[in-house]
Formats: sequence, structure tokens, C-alpha cells
Amino acid sequence: MTATTSSPGRGAMIEVEGISKSFGETKALADVDISVPAGTVQGLLGPNGAGKTTLVRILATLLAPDTGRARISGVDVQKDPNTVRSLIGLAGQYAAVDETLTGRENLVMVGRLYRLGAKLAKARAEESLERLGLVEAADRPVKTYSGGMRRRLDLGASLVGRPRVLILDEPTTGLDPRTRLDMWSFIRDLVAGGTTVLLTTQYLEEADQLANHSVVIDRGKVIASGTSDELKARLGSDLIAVEVPAAELDQATAALRGIGCGAPAIDQAHAQITIPVCDPVRDLMAALRILDTAGIVPVDLGLRRPSLDDVFLSLTGRSTGDDDLAAPLTTTPRTPQPARSAA
Amino acid sequence: MTAVPAGPALPPAQPEELTAIEPVRLPRSAIFADALVIARRNLTRIARTPQLLVFATIQPVMFVLLFRYVFGGAIHVPGISYVDYLIPGIIVQTVVFGATSTAVGLSEDMSKGIIDRFRSLPMSRSAVLAGRTIADLARNVFVVLLMIVVGIAVGFRFHNGFLPAVAAVFVALLLGYTLSWVFALIGLTVADPETAQLAGFLPIFPLVFASSVFTSTQSMPGWLQAFANVQPITRAANAVRALTEGGPVATNLIWTVLSSIAILAVFAPLAVRRYRKV
Repeated sequence: MTATTSSPGRGAMIEVEGISKSFGETKALADVDISVPAGTVQGLLGPNGAGKTTLVRILATLLAPDTGRARISGVDVQKDPNTVRSLIGLAGQYAAVDETLTGRENLVMVGRLYRLGAKLAKARAEESLERLGLVEAADRPVKTYSGGMRRRLDLGASLVGRPRVLILDEPTTGLDPRTRLDMWSFIRDLVAGGTTVLLTTQYLEEADQLANHSVVIDRGKVIASGTSDELKARLGSDLIAVEVPAAELDQATAALRGIGCGAPAIDQAHAQITIPVCDPVRDLMAALRILDTAGIVPVDLGLRRPSLDDVFLSLTGRSTGDDDLAAPLTTTPRTPQPARSAA
Repeated sequence: MTAVPAGPALPPAQPEELTAIEPVRLPRSAIFADALVIARRNLTRIARTPQLLVFATIQPVMFVLLFRYVFGGAIHVPGISYVDYLIPGIIVQTVVFGATSTAVGLSEDMSKGIIDRFRSLPMSRSAVLAGRTIADLARNVFVVLLMIVVGIAVGFRFHNGFLPAVAAVFVALLLGYTLSWVFALIGLTVADPETAQLAGFLPIFPLVFASSVFTSTQSMPGWLQAFANVQPITRAANAVRALTEGGPVATNLIWTVLSSIAILAVFAPLAVRRYRKV
């Protein structure tokens, strides 16, 4: 579905061609193609179990695909894994750091394993600590760190080898909103420095914020791709969102029937009606008139562009949260997945 | 469907990024250097969680006290005082139980994603296991010396001279190191610390108790004796006992050393293969 260009190798830092992977009967990935230009952020969006982590594990040389091939900076991940390992940094939803070691010891250890030599390993550790604001906590054991600090240290560990390509597997899953904003700003800084990033996320807002280009994957297949704006444009219309006093929700819903160009969505919990519209300004004026005539004063009323959550819903017919607790996607962190889940 | 867009203008490449990619070839020395880094990390962990080491040593000390003072009076092994019979067996039991910590430690690293981190680094594929088993060996050295001290406190004595005593310690440690690789394979396969603990103890329990560790196999029923007399833990216990207390040693010693090497030759490659694919 995602057409790579006629010269697939040119300028692409990450190339994935026809990758498939099954675990027993389960098809985790089915013929996935992705091409990521150097210095950009590629979003990989999908719900739990969509196949995101499987693709990450293949690119990080942790798992061999059944078919297809993948290259990092032109180097085949299966034919020359050690070169690929020297080019990538991996940070995940699980902070893969040693709890009994200090932050600094963790980073120096990783540096030594890159065979940087004692002096350089120390210097790189220091650099990472400074970059991620962990200098003060550097000599404390990691078990005293907060969840956000651990995640930052994990990201720091992936930077010690100065990777060209950073693979971030749900880097903010489970983090509080403030810490997520911090992580986003670190990631933006890295990209500004020329690093290419592959970012998997189930937070649609995250891809919207960080990614130049995104693919949406569901049940192992790429179901859409484009920039955030392109993905939203595919949904077409803008939305009118009306919030009314709860007691007047039914009355308002009935009154507004006929407005817009699609079925309205009713959110009972928030007494909110969302209506797709094709002629935003006229429809908004009409809605106002109707509400005024009916004597309903909205609590809130406005036009908004569809979110990527709306895009996912329209592409798959399911909300991203369907297989999880019913919770607003962009604000409620999920419990971390087992690091080794297959998909 | 959509062609990948050109994206925003690329940021100016750093000079180092313009250079061609040099293929990374691990030097032959990588396994030693990397294994030392990993061993150091694991030893630091042991040193910083002394309570774990204390609990790990309380169990064998309890066994010493239990068999020396509770059951010992009822156990008669001809030709040797029971405490001299018991302590060499306890040393073997200690290294064997100690080896299960390799399984627990590795499965813990796996469940926390640390193994994934190591596997994504351009490091030797054998180093994580080599480093882990070396650290567990160092831990076993400490526990064995401690058990000798405890043994001497309850009346145990070396009756066969210094060098054979040193050799006895080496034989026990060799067995422990060998079994560490078996448990490395178990730990990587079960990938969950609690299961690893169980999966480690289950095969070890009958091997340790149906052996000459606590009492002579002569008093066991015939069918059990047949098993107990040939299994490696009896061989190792007899070898260690002969080295500390005297008596014929050659058969059991050669058997223990050769079987250890054979176990190592089979399980080390299997464990590394497993590590590559976890």
C-alpha cells in the first residue's frame, strides 16, 4: 500500500520492504513497506497488538522476519547485524536500565559495551546525563528514580553510541502528561541535531506532535500513510462540537438533526454532540440559530479539525481504545506492556 | 497509495554522517572485554544487595545445623565422623543450589528488557552469559569459603592436607560453574524469575537428595541406589569428600571433571544459541 519511491535506497535512512512475520497462527506483520528519509521522524501508529513492537524488534536486530528485508542507512539488518547495532539506538516502553546501578554507571556500562574505552565512555555518559537533565541524580541508584527519570535514562542509554537512527517504542506510554511534554522536547532536540527517528505510539496526538510522516498499522497491515494533515484530510470534513447542559442533551440532539453531512456522535458522559460538516461556516451559523430558537444555551461550541483518533475510527471502524479500558486516548496512560510481548 | 513525501528540508548533515559506513567487525577479544563489563555489573549488583547474599547463605547454614545436630545423631556412615562426611556434601549442595541463581538472574534481566538492550548493542553474543556465569562463580567462591568456616565451627576438619583441600574447592566450583550454563539455558527459556526459581529447583532437588550428599547411598533401596551411585552429584560429593578426608579419589575425580567439561561443551553453545534468538 505504501509505495516506496522508484529509487528506494536514495536518502532513506530506514527502509522496510515487504516484511512479514508470524507467531504461530498469528500474523503480526503482513507485507509492510516503510521508507524514512534521513533526519525525519516517522510515526508508527496503531493500537496494542497491531504489530508495532514486532517491527521495532526486527529493525533492532532482535527478531528475524519471515520474509522481506530491512535496512538501516543502507545496511541490511539480517546480513550485517553488528553494523546495524552500531548505527541504532533503542529505547522502549520498558526502561531497560539496571535498578541497582546508578544512572551514571548504567550509561558508562553501555559505553563500555560499545567498546568506547573507559575515558570516552565516561565522557559520553556525562554528555547524555546533561542532555537529559539527570546530572543531579547521576550518582543515585536507579531504583530511587521516578518513572519519568527512568525513561529519560533509558533514552540516554540509547544515545551513548551517538546513533544515526533512534528507534523509540512507545517512549511515553504510562508517563504523566508533564513528563510526556519533556520527552517530546528531548526528541525534538535530537531530530534538530540530525537524528532519524522511528516512533511507535498509540497516542495519536504524539504522532501529530512529532512525526513528519506517519503510517497507521492495524493487525499487522499498513492501512494508511501520510503526514498528519494528509491523514486528517482523508477524513475530509471538519467537525462542530457542541456541549450542552446535560438535561438538554436529548432536546439538542433532536433539534440539530439535519445539520452537517454525516451522522453526529453523541458523548453522553460529557453531554457533547460532534457533527461532521462539509460547509463549516454555514453549518455553524445554522446550528447556532437552531439552538437559539430552541432556547438552549450551549456550555461550549466550536469548530475543530478531526483528530487522528477520529481518523483511526473512520479507517478501522474501531476506536483505538476498543481493546482496552474505555478511556480518553490522549490523556490516560495505559499500563506498560510486557517488554517481550510478541506484537 | 501515497508516495512517501520528500518531507521537510533535511537538516545539514554532520560531517561525520557524510562518511561512508564502515562495517563493524567484533574483534576476537570482544568476548573477554564485554564479559568483564557484564561480570562487573553483576558483581556490583550482588555487592549492593547484601541481603540477597545473606539469605542465600542462611539456607546452607540451616542445613549444616539441621544435619549436624538434629538428624546427624541418627545417621551413621561407617569409617568417618558424620560432620566430616556432611560438610563436603554441603559444599557440593551449596554450589549446585547457587547455580540456580544464574537462571533467576537471567530471566529477571529478560523480563525487565535489559537483555533486549544488550542484544541491540554491537557486543559479543556470548558475553552476557559468560559475564553472568563468571559473577555467579565469584559468588560461589564466597559462599563455599563461608561454608568451610561454618563447617570448622561445628567440628569439621580437613584430614588430607592443604593441596587436596584446595583441589576439593576447585572441583566443587567447577561443577557449580558448569551447572550455571545449564541454568542459563533454563533462565533464558522460561524468561520469568518466579518460574525460573521453580524450574531450577525441581530437577535439582531429587539430584541432591538422592545422592551421597547427606548420607551414604548404601542405606537406600536398591533401585534408588542404582540411580544415586552414578549420578553426577554423588560423584562430585564423593570426589570432594575423598579430597578433604582421604580415601580413593581418582575415579570420582576424573568422572566429575570429564562430565563437567562434557556438560559445558553441550550447554554453553545451546545457551548462546538461545540467547541469540530470545
